[in-house]
Amino acid sequence: MGERELKIAVSLVLDEHVTLSLREMCRGCGLPGEDLMAMVEEGLLQPQGPSPARWRFAASELERVRAALRLQRDLGLNLAGVALVLDLLDEVRALRARVRVLEQLLD
Amino acid sequence: MEFKDYYKILGLAREATQDEIKRTYRRLARKYHPDVSKESDAEERFKEVNEAYEALKDPEKRAAYDRLLSGEWQAGQEFTPPPGWDAGFEFSGGGFTGADAGQFSDFFEALFGGGSPFGRGRHGGAGLRGEDHQARVQIGLEDAYHGATRTLTLQVPEVDASGRVAMHPHTLKVKIPPGITEGQKIRLSGQGGAGRGGAPRGDLYLEILFEPHPLYRVEGRDVYLSLPLAPWEAALGATVAVPTLGGTVDLKVPAGAQSGHKLRLKGRGLPGSPAGDQYVVLQIRTPKAETSEHRRLYEQLARAMPFNPRERMGV
Repeated sequence: MGERELKIAVSLVLDEHVTLSLREMCRGCGLPGEDLMAMVEEGLLQPQGPSPARWRFAASELERVRAALRLQRDLGLNLAGVALVLDLLDEVRALRARVRVLEQLLD
Repeated sequence: MEFKDYYKILGLAREATQDEIKRTYRRLARKYHPDVSKESDAEERFKEVNEAYEALKDPEKRAAYDRLLSGEWQAGQEFTPPPGWDAGFEFSGGGFTGADAGQFSDFFEALFGGGSPFGRGRHGGAGLRGEDHQARVQIGLEDAYHGATRTLTLQVPEVDASGRVAMHPHTLKVKIPPGITEGQKIRLSGQGGAGRGGAPRGDLYLEILFEPHPLYRVEGRDVYLSLPLAPWEAALGATVAVPTLGGTVDLKVPAGAQSGHKLRLKGRGLPGSPAGDQYVVLQIRTPKAETSEHRRLYEQLARAMPFNPRERMGV
């Protein structure tokens, strides 16, 4: 057991330096292009570039789409609701990180 | 397997209307949704709540389940479905909607899974790409700084040929690059769920969490350290050794430093482009007056240096 040498899995860190095309985004989340365009329309995603064919999405937006799908599916939210929840969650996350730092400094 | 009381899980009476079931489910789903909730057992509770709703929202499944409940089953009791328990129901073959059935308990599987009439219509989607899976990985701050290779074993639900769901360990080795930050995701292509009908596997998404560190707190790529100083180091200025993730560095504390002052060690946070900084927050500690000699020195200081720290309070 466990003697077999495991190959290192091919991995991609989804940070701000990696960008994806519309097509790569579609592949990554299994959605048709129109659905992603609707999310761009709603301001949920903010690709760089003049037209859908030349859009570049920050790789972190892939996770945003996946979270949006989970929220839509599980909570019955519409796109505007999902966009609001995701914005608020970003803010909550930033505030929690801030609180952790400040709490330590008060010790 | 354990008998599950789906009404209890939702906190509802058995007479609850379909509307009440739906409302309660919606409320609990918001409360325990893993993307939203901070509760430590959110994911577990969310699955439970979903499973309960999946069983009760469909009047056919609910009626079959109610019939079981009116027997002598209690929550937590050892359970095997009695033969023919689901006989006499007309099924519209709805299968599962929405929720991911692979996440449900053995109990649910035994009642409503692939082997039961309720499970129809769920399989046979030819050429369907495998599902994406996700997992969280906790790493030490030192590993985030230096990078690391980790071997992970994840429990993955897989549906076998007969439609049963079983947990399989999935072991893989992952390279964590230096400078990863908390909450960042790593995508492992083709490490997710198996595809159907020869379609490719889904991807696995790993979310990085940091283990709590005894010295440092992290915000993005910036690292915060609370640094204790002696009163004379703060008053007169000093060069003191300070730990950083990359090793000890000398920090010049200016004369007249106060508690709460923040000094920046540029580029000493987590690596990246740009690298984060380390912020050193000063904390002045006062030595205890433990001997008469100490007490005499403090008294001398009090006389020689009139000082009212509460001046701005007007007292």
